[in-house]
Order: sequence, then C-alpha cells, then structure tokens
Amino acid sequence: MSAERIDRVVIVGASLAGLRAAEALRDEGFTGRLTLIGDEPEPAYDRPPLSKQVLLGQVAADATALPLARDVDAQWRLGTAATGLDLDGRTVLLADGSKVPFDRLLIATGTRARPWANEAEAALEGVLTLRTSADAGRLAALLDAKPRRVLVVGAGFTGSEIASACRERGIDVTVAERGPAPLVGALGGVIGEAAARLQRAHGVDLRCGVTVTSLEGDEAGRLCRAHLSDGTVLEADVAVVALGAIRNTGWLEGSGLAAGPRGIAADAACRAFDHNGIATDDIFVAGDVARMPHALFGYQFLSLEHWGNAVEQARLAAHNMLCASRDRRPHLWIPAFWSSQFGVNIKSIGVPTMGDEVVVTQGALEDDRFVAVYGHRGRVIAAVSFDHGRWLDFYRCLIESAAPFPPEFAGVDRPPPGTVPVPACFPDPSVPSHGPTVTVSGYAPSERRITFTPAPA
Amino acid sequence: MRLVVDLNRCQGYAQCAFLGPDVFRLHGEESLLYDPVVGAEKRDQVLAAAAACPVGAILVDGPGVREVDAVVG
Repeated sequence: MSAERIDRVVIVGASLAGLRAAEALRDEGFTGRLTLIGDEPEPAYDRPPLSKQVLLGQVAADATALPLARDVDAQWRLGTAATGLDLDGRTVLLADGSKVPFDRLLIATGTRARPWANEAEAALEGVLTLRTSADAGRLAALLDAKPRRVLVVGAGFTGSEIASACRERGIDVTVAERGPAPLVGALGGVIGEAAARLQRAHGVDLRCGVTVTSLEGDEAGRLCRAHLSDGTVLEADVAVVALGAIRNTGWLEGSGLAAGPRGIAADAACRAFDHNGIATDDIFVAGDVARMPHALFGYQFLSLEHWGNAVEQARLAAHNMLCASRDRRPHLWIPAFWSSQFGVNIKSIGVPTMGDEVVVTQGALEDDRFVAVYGHRGRVIAAVSFDHGRWLDFYRCLIESAAPFPPEFAGVDRPPPGTVPVPACFPDPSVPSHGPTVTVSGYAPSERRITFTPAPA
Repeated sequence: MRLVVDLNRCQGYAQCAFLGPDVFRLHGEESLLYDPVVGAEKRDQVLAAAAACPVGAILVDGPGVREVDAVVG
C-alpha cells in the first residue's frame, strides 16, 4: 500500500448508495474534500415507497427523502450528470463542461427504467415508467384521476406492486406478462404460481404468456388502447411499462473501465476492473450498477438491484478505499430483498435464481403464508417467505453454512411428512457443476471471512 | 424529520405501529408502511418507535444534520 494521501473523494450517484458511502467515509475518518454528483435535482430519496405508500396516496411523491445519520460535510452537485471519466487524469467530466478531480472515485450511478421501445408510443399521454420520484408523482396523479383501466406491462416486483396499489384503490388493472407467471424471473415458476393466484384473488386481470405489441393513442395523443400478442385489444387510459432496469454505464463508454450493459465489473473489495480485467486501485463501485463475485455463490458475478445491497456495498467501498490493502474487507453480504403486494410481505434471502429445486419448509403455498427453500446441488442456496419474514435469519445461517438441501430440522408450522423438493422452474436454469464448498464465518464486518473446503478429489 | 426503515431487518414486531401510530402502520399481517418525512409534531413518536424497535430497523436523521451542505450547479 502506497502512502499516497487521499484528499479528494468524488462520488458519482447521489442516491442511496452515494449517501451511505458519504456517511461511511466520514465515519471512517476521512477529512478531505468530498463531492457528490447526481443527475437528479432532488437530494437523495428512498425509492421503495414510490411503488407502495406513494401510489396508495398515503405519502406525497416528493416526501421520501432519505435521512442522514450524520453531517457529511460534502459539496453536492445535483441536477448535473457525469458524462465521462478520464482514468489517467483522475477526473470526472460533467454535463456542464466542468471537470472534477479526485484521488478516489466511487461510482454509484444505479439504473434507470427500461423505456417502452417504440418512442412515439412511449410519448403518449398516460404511458410511463416508474423509477424516479417524478415518475411516481405522475403515476399517483393519474391514479387519482380514476382511470377506467390501468395496463401494467411486466409482472416483476415493480409491476406487481403497481397492480396491487391499483386494486387497493379500486382501479381495474390488467397485467401483461411475457413469462408463465408473475415474479417468475426472480423466484421461479413454483412461487410464481402462488403470486399469480394472489393477483387473481385480488381482482387483477392477469394475462401470462402474452406481450403488448403496440399502444394506441387518440387524436389528442392520449393512450386509449393496447394491442396484445394474442390478438386482444384492451381499452386503457394508463400503461405503466415495468420491464426492468438499464444500468447507467453509458457515460463510461471509452473510459477503459469494464463497464457495459450488465454493469461495472469489480472485485469483491468493490474495486472496479479496467477492460483488461485488472482491478483499479482508485475507482470503486457500489449499488445497482456494480457487478462483483460472491464467494458463497460459486464466485459468480452478481449484480443485485437490492436496497440492502446498495447500503452494504457503499459502506464496504468507503472502508476499502481508505484502508491499507491488508485491512480490506470482502463483499460477503447475503442478498436480501422484500416486496409488499396484495397485503402480503414477500421476503427473500440468498440467490433463488441459482436454485434447481424448491421445497416448502413452513406453512403452505395455498395459504399465501409459507417459507420455501431453494437448493443448489444439495445445499441450501436461498429462501423466500410470504408473511413469514421472521424466520429468514434462520435460513440465512443455513445459506452461510452451506447446509444440506433439503434442510432437516424440527420445528413448528411444518408441512406434512412426505413433502419433497420439486423443480424450481426458472425459465432459464443455469447448468451447475461440481465445485468446492465455501462457508462464511465471523460476526463483525472486520472478521467476516470465508472458509474454503476443496472439492473431494 | 426524515426516516427510513430497513425492511430487510424488520420482522414485523409492530412496536413502531403502537408507539408511532401516526407514522407507522401495518399493511396486512407483516408489511410495514410508514411516512418517510414527518413534521416536528411527530418527532417524539418516531424517536420512541426507533428506540423500541427490537431489531433496530428504524433510521432517523442524526442530531443536528443539515439537509444538504452546499449545492453547486
């Protein structure tokens, strides 16, 4: 580790990850100049409420600002997008032409909503995406105006939460999903079926296995109907395009960093790779835009669009950019997220998409109250709960210790004897291979390390 | 006053909904909904809820923090 002084830290991306990194830098004792650059004009705000409280009309779209645990004594350049990065000159270029020099850079530019592909249709009044507080304000206003029908394109978590808010407000809603069930990409077909039942029980007109082929406007340029791939024509005043997110890496094109549509590749210490695959020592990444290997999940590069991931990686990056190389900590946070829809609290821990089998270990799918555990080549890899969140910490321990699958434990609320794992039915299952086992040990962040057990010869 | 609840950590004990009923409410059996920005009159409710949360999931503005320090361009 060189004795280089770190006087200037620049954070590009002034949302959740940027904010938490700024706090952590000051907590770690950084006293130099700290600059946060963000393309949105508002101070950092929380996004999860935008598809829940805000659409239910309980909270104004511009009233989800994030708290600051401490003063960060930073210079904020909000409403100004970063447009380029000069690695050699250690400078960030901004849209207004100015240049911001740094000794250490954290990139936390996140994602944006994937827009409707047809630009003319996307411009129709009543067609929108949901990512920013401004988006949420527009959608909430449209829902206040009591539309005849809302069309939600895509039944991922955002789309499903929007549909849930519509039903709770008594608004007719159609959900069009290309896959066989809602949430199927994240949770697989078995849990997807439970999600589909939940939607239909709450009056959602759920149509799976169809795509929206075109959106049609009236003479005034307002959305009036949608055409589906099965030939159906649907009358709707509002269409919310919920087709996932695109990573904000365009500004790094040509910079020399390993940045692309799948995010910015980094090592487990949050250090960005350059396009040679060599870890930089001065550029760090955190949050939705990052992509880094996780020892517990076969060293696969995970990009996680999770709230908790942004918080954890921000703290980790802040620590690792200031400390000596021997004191760096690895990214060992176990992926976790939640969703609230149709009155049910859905929580996940681990990486369900790696699961090849799934088994209900508590409760029952048909009661909308259960824990389902995912197995990957004989070990527990993830767990998903519907209104059973209190148990997930137990399953986190099983994941961290590479516990055998199907899990064997006595307890309350167990399904009937003879319940066996079934295929998890992910649309595009990975092809796993035999490998070594990795487990996690330690409690404090500084002592969390992995134990590596080689595969038997 | 600004607040945020780490809902990964939240386990639905609902202590906040008892102590801060004007800010926190359960939606269904386990989902927590809350107001992220509240007026000074609800400050005591939020602080009581944050102190009582068994899993420490409620984060609030630290003492004396400014909203933003200096905004440039």
